[in-house]
Amino acid sequence: MSGMTDPARVLGFLDITGAWDPTLIFVLGAAVGTTFVGYRLVFARGTPLFSTKFQLPTKQELDAKLLGGAALFGVGWGLSGYCPGPAIASVGGLTLPLLALLAAMVLGWWIAQRLTR
Amino acid sequence: MDEMASLHGLLGGVLIGLSAVWLMGALGRIAGISGIIGGLITQRPKGDSAWRMAFLAGLISGPLLVMAVGGGLGNVAGVPGAVIGEPAGGVPLMLFAGLLVGLGTGLGSGCTSGHGVCGLARLAPRSMAATVTFLVVAIATVYVSRHVIGGGV
Repeated sequence: MSGMTDPARVLGFLDITGAWDPTLIFVLGAAVGTTFVGYRLVFARGTPLFSTKFQLPTKQELDAKLLGGAALFGVGWGLSGYCPGPAIASVGGLTLPLLALLAAMVLGWWIAQRLTR
Repeated sequence: MDEMASLHGLLGGVLIGLSAVWLMGALGRIAGISGIIGGLITQRPKGDSAWRMAFLAGLISGPLLVMAVGGGLGNVAGVPGAVIGEPAGGVPLMLFAGLLVGLGTGLGSGCTSGHGVCGLARLAPRSMAATVTFLVVAIATVYVSRHVIGGGV
């Protein structure tokens, strides 16, 4: 519904000097706003419904791995218009290029896991 | 501006947010897709895979459900009602881009969902830095590929 499964919309959003498509601002804004409020309500309960504790990242430092990884992801996202969620969600309309992207993405995850272990 | 697209974007964003809130409220986990699915595929964590499988099933079936329901709920640019858009390039470009997406989200511990939605909602400094980084780099990448090299992808 959001338009995230359409690479043309995603690339149109990233193309700020071209015919800019603002749709994703609404998606991101609404998603972050909803989560911001919802998380506060959920955390106020103390524990999750079906688990003993909330598992939250505790790391604070901004290291090269975080920023370098984010930059690599930015290039891939900018070239394809796919981030992982929408790419996987688009499996129902599978095409050969999408299959290639998904296979390469899994390989990338596997290499990253090897590198960081 | 396309008001209908914006409205759909807003509603879709709320649904994404509700899904993230539900996952935290029910299981206490961050709804980061690269972490959930990447972890499932590369590590197959014992006793920690079922909810990842369920999340994957939901992620894939969601758009199919929207298509089955019909009613023009999709939001593909220029194709009213369509739910899933066409890739913006061929196999070689997608192989290269996919490798960068996997490597980048693996090393950077997150993508648009984990850092961009959940991390920003928690006001986590690492997620804010990561989100600004991948947004700026992606914008620069689109600028170079569309307006400097020209022809676009």
